[in-house]
Parts: sequence; structure tokens; C-alpha cells
Amino acid sequence: MDSNVQKVTAQPSCFWNDTGKSGLTSWIFSTDHKRIGLLYFYATFGFFLTGVLLGLLLRVELMAPGRTIVGPQTYNALFTVHGVVMIFLFIIPGIPGAFGNMVMPIQVGARDVSFPRLNLLSWWLYITGAIIILTSLFSGGGAPDTGWTFYVPFSSRTGTNVSLAVFGVFIVGFSSILTGVNFVTTIHRLRAEGMTWGRLPLFTWSLYATAWVQILATPILAITLVLIMTERLLGAGLFDPARGGDPIMYQHLFWIYSHPAVYIMILPAMGIVSDIIPVFSRKPIFGYKMIAFSSIAIAAAGSLVWGHHMFTSGMSDTAVMVFSFLTFVVAIPSAIKVFNWVSTLYRGSISLEAPMLFALSFILLFSIGGLSGLILGSAATDVHVHDTHFVVGHFHYVMFGGTGFAIFAAMHYWLPKFYGRRYAEKPAVVAWALMFTGFNVLYFTMQVLGMKGMPRRYYDYLPEFATLNLVATVGSWILAAGLVIMLVNLFRGLWWGAPFEGNPWGGATLEWSIPTPPPTENFVEEPTVTHGPYDFTGIGR
Amino acid sequence: MTTHPHKDYAGAKLGMWLFLFTELLLFGGMFLLYSVYFKRYPQEFAAGGRQLDWIMGTVNTVILLTSSLCAAMAVTAVQRDELRRAVALIGGTILCAAGFMVIKYVEWSAKIGHGIYPGSEHLKSGPPGESVFFSLYFITTGIHGLHVLIGGALLAWIALKIKGGEVNAGNDILLENGALYWHLVDLIWIFIFPLYYLIL
Repeated sequence: MDSNVQKVTAQPSCFWNDTGKSGLTSWIFSTDHKRIGLLYFYATFGFFLTGVLLGLLLRVELMAPGRTIVGPQTYNALFTVHGVVMIFLFIIPGIPGAFGNMVMPIQVGARDVSFPRLNLLSWWLYITGAIIILTSLFSGGGAPDTGWTFYVPFSSRTGTNVSLAVFGVFIVGFSSILTGVNFVTTIHRLRAEGMTWGRLPLFTWSLYATAWVQILATPILAITLVLIMTERLLGAGLFDPARGGDPIMYQHLFWIYSHPAVYIMILPAMGIVSDIIPVFSRKPIFGYKMIAFSSIAIAAAGSLVWGHHMFTSGMSDTAVMVFSFLTFVVAIPSAIKVFNWVSTLYRGSISLEAPMLFALSFILLFSIGGLSGLILGSAATDVHVHDTHFVVGHFHYVMFGGTGFAIFAAMHYWLPKFYGRRYAEKPAVVAWALMFTGFNVLYFTMQVLGMKGMPRRYYDYLPEFATLNLVATVGSWILAAGLVIMLVNLFRGLWWGAPFEGNPWGGATLEWSIPTPPPTENFVEEPTVTHGPYDFTGIGR
Repeated sequence: MTTHPHKDYAGAKLGMWLFLFTELLLFGGMFLLYSVYFKRYPQEFAAGGRQLDWIMGTVNTVILLTSSLCAAMAVTAVQRDELRRAVALIGGTILCAAGFMVIKYVEWSAKIGHGIYPGSEHLKSGPPGESVFFSLYFITTGIHGLHVLIGGALLAWIALKIKGGEVNAGNDILLENGALYWHLVDLIWIFIFPLYYLIL
């Protein structure tokens, strides 16, 4: 962190240097939303890279049948830690914590979030939780081997260090709640003059919907995790059939949070895409109101579909039908978004630069993921593909192809704004092409494997799955190669690249109206908003 | 970014209300478990409820209601700039909190003395519904007790701020939010009490 501070101090007065403070403490104790956003970005992205490494190891193990590099116990630990790190330390805090913090207060025309000190506390809670989770891997009975879902009865019996890991996730959840409280309050209270609800950028709208999910769903996770701890430490028996408990109740509680949590992961990604597509199409977004409304609709309907994770766990047929129906209902607002993005592109003046390429791949990959989700949401077909690689493929299409690619889009779109320097375009496009190819080779193959019946979470498989597994593993290497090129190019550009000044993308949201990099106070004078977020009249490129 | 020209009271209150939602949902998870298991084991739950001391439960309910009254009066006192009275009233709330915890301690130790606690041999050998009832009872009242302690500490800290002059008639949002938190702690008990002590 320190070395890049130095690189930018040559810049004009901005949030990197205008407080007169430098060094590590001016970052880790800063209440400036931009600094906290960057702290989140580096922390979450660091965990992303950790998760990628674990994922690559998983793929190497699955490259050939039988034991390839690790045994079953290590494999169990690898996929558990891959899941825990990616879900709780990267993708949930990723967009709200990093880009939400950096961009949202500027987009609404505020100097900071409503509770800047609480914001800093959230980052510290996040780091504390992360350290506890990391400690759990190397202490006690070793890394948890339950899968990221911590299902009972195994999680209450396994000798691995589940209690500590779960406690770490509990702390991270607290951080998520505080971010949600902060964002809802900020968006309600700190909008600049003229920033009506109808003029809020769609990224901010999506963060607003996300923040509500963070507030309303995360406490259920908290109590569920506490209950795992009481099962393990006190032997409370609330999920133990021998003592009158019911393991299915654990699954209900877990998914009451964890299904809405996938909307914490995907909604802000949809917001990023909604902000980028009109800018690179030079056209106002099509169906602004419907996109904003569909974020809220997804957040609301998404809270009522958790049961579709449990079609094979044991539920009444009525419950299965209701949950299946509600799952299909969520597809409607998701489809509204996709159709509106495509309509925005129609007859637009499209420029295919890196942020746009990533945003466009979001539409395609998310749609594949979403449609495969309908196969899982329909009870009859779900029974066939439940707990197979089809689910793994589906989830990665939505979460990596969706949210992951949206984060890459945001990194190319917004990070230059905060660094005042830009990356080279050509390597970025090459990196995108490699990642897009590798991604599809990896995860589409997984979906095919799942259809053929390969179960998930097994370190070994029948010989008939060997070829496709090899193909998937090669895909993971192509994806990783693209990722390396993207990162080298992006960060080389941000630290040493050509200056990025003014409004090169031609964005109409407020962050493009202020100096680059932004000053600590964001706005030189209090902004008055006179036009919508995608009104490009008079804004050139 | 340490200077804030004007404080946003409505914002601070909105933030607090949102936080209180999260607390309600935290306990909501436990109430959800209660309702499902109550439907499954109505007899065992009723038998378990009869083993709890409803007199102590009632006394604790009265104590918490009184503490909430004191907290509400402390807010009014600060708004009228009667700072000494406000500190005394908060003292009353904290005293009630302490009384509540003492009674809770007596109740818990009596139960533990009879071999009734999560994972105990007694519960393991009894009917399954009884084990579920008492595990839920201990976890729910335990987490509620933790909230009583946190709320009491929070109010004590605010009382120090009143004494230090940082919280006063013109700047009472901290106390208002602290009192809101306390009312929540009270409110949750109002649901715990009948569900555990007064079921038939």
C-alpha cells in the first residue's frame, strides 16, 4: 500500500495527499470513504487471489481420476476454504465495501457516508473476522472440511476447527450489517440538492437494495452461526435428531440468510453493469425506472426463495411447489434487467473498450447462469442435477461470470478515476479475451459434467468423466493466464501509466464531474444536480 | 475529514432504527426455531414452561418495564436540560438491569443445580422435546442477558458523557439512541417471557 502512495504523490492535490498525512496509519485509521474503499478493495481482492489459487489446486486435483496431488481430507479442506474465502471474504464485501465506498457517496453528491467512523469500524471488523478465519485454518483440528455451508450434523461433529471459522464469519457478518446501515442512511439523508430518487445512478440504486438485504438477512446468519457454536461447544442438540432437534431446521436458517446473500453478491454487480453500458453506448439507459424497481423486486422476492436449496432435503410437496414458483418469480426482474441492457445497446454508438467488454460478458454469462438456475429452480429437474457439477457450474456462471466480471469491469472503469492514471487498452482486451474463453471452457464443461452425473465435492470420479475434467482444468489455466495479464496491465497502468484526466469515458454521473483523483472533500463546492445520471447531452468523449 | 459542520440527527436515528431491525431479526431466528419446535412438541414445551419460575419471570418483567420507564424519563430530563436528574434516572435503569441479571442468575443456577442445562445428562435421558425447550431457553435468555449487559454498559457510558457535558439538551442523540436500544432489550423480553414462562 505504501509504495503506491508514493507513486501518486506527484499528482495534484487530491485525497492521496491533501490531508497532509501519509504512511500506513493515515490509511488504516482513515474515515475517508475513498481510502476505506481502497482498503476494502485490496483486502477483498487479496482474498480473491487466495481463493483463485485454491480453486486452481482443486482443478489440478480433478485433472485425472484418482489421487492427483491431494488426498480426500485435504480436498475437503480446499473446497471448504475456497468457498468460505470467496463467499464471505471476497464476493459479499467486495462490491459494497470497495466500489460502494469509493463511488457511492460521490454519486449521491455527499462528502462522505453518514457514519464515517462506523465505516472504519466495519473495515476493522472485516479484517478481524478475516484474521480469525485464517487462524482457524492453521490451529485446532485444522482447516474446516464441511463445505462453506457448514451443514449439520457433520459441522457439529467434525474434529476440524469449525467453531473458530464460524466465529470469524460471524464477525465479518457484523461488518456487513454496519455497511448496510451506513449505506441506507447515506442514500436517504445525504443526497445533494436536486439528486432525486429518479436521478440516482443505478449503481447507487443497486447498493440501496443490497444494503437492505444486508440489514435484513445477515442477522439470521449470525444466529445460525451462534447455534453451530452452541451445538459444538455446549452440545445443545437443537439440530440433533437424537435429542429432538432437526437438522433440516439448520438448513432453513442457513438459507434464509444465504439465499438473499447471493443477491448481496449479484445486485451491486448489476448496478455496475447498468452504469457502464449507457456510458459506452452513448445512450441514456433504457427503462431506468424498471431497472431501479427490479433491484428492489429482486431483493424482496429473493428473500422468499431459500427453500429451493432444499428440494432433496425433505420438505412437503406444497413447500417445494411454493418455493419453486417463487424462484421463477425472481427470474422476472432479472430478465427485466437483461432486456433493458440489451435495449440500451440497440442503435447505440458502442465502443468496445475494456470496461464495456467485461460488462457485455456479464450479460451473456449471467444469462447462461440465470437460465441454468431455472433448471435448478424447477423441482423435477433439480432432483436430477442436485449436488452435481452442474450446480458448481451454474453458481460460478452467476457469481464469477456475473459478479466477478462486473468487478473487473468496475476495476477498469473506476480505478483510473481514483489513481489518475490509466492502463494500456490492448493488453486489457487480450486479457479479457483469454478470461472469457477460459471461463467458458472451465464452467460450461462443468455443467456438462454435472448433466452426465458427476457429483460435486468428490476428489475422485469414474474414468468416463476424465476427458471433460481435463478440458475444464485446461480452461482454468487459460482463465488464470488472462487474470495475470489483466492484473499486471491494470496495476502497472494505475501506478506508472499515462495520466487519466477529466472525463475520458464521458460519464454523466457525479463522480465524473469532480477532479481526478478526487479531493478528500469530493466536491470543490456543494453540487446541485440538474440532470439525470445517463443524460449525456453536452458530455463529449 | 474529522470536522463535521452539522450533525444529521434524523440520519443518526434512522441508522439506529435500522440497527434495531437487525437485532429483532437475530432474535427472530430463535423465535422461528421456537415456533417450529413448539408445534412439534407442545406437551414437552408446556411441561418445560411449568418448570420455570413464573414469579421470578414476572418480577423480571416488571423490573425491565421500570428500567425502560427510567430510560424514557432520562431522555425527557436531558431535553429539559435537567442533567443531574437524567444521570440519576440512568442510574435507576442500570440498577434495574443489575437486578434483572441477579434474578436471572438465581434462576439459571437453580436449573443448572437440578442438572438442567444444554447438553446435560438429565436432558439427554429425558424426552427429546424437553431438551429442545431448555436448550432454546438457555440460548435465548443467554443472548438476551448479553444484550442487557451491553445495554447497561452503553447507558453507563452515556451517563458519563452527560456528566462530561458532551450530551445535553442541544445534543441528545446519543442518549436517544441508547434509550432506543434499551427499549428493544425490554421489548424482546416482553416476547420471551410469555413464550417460555406462561405457556400452558
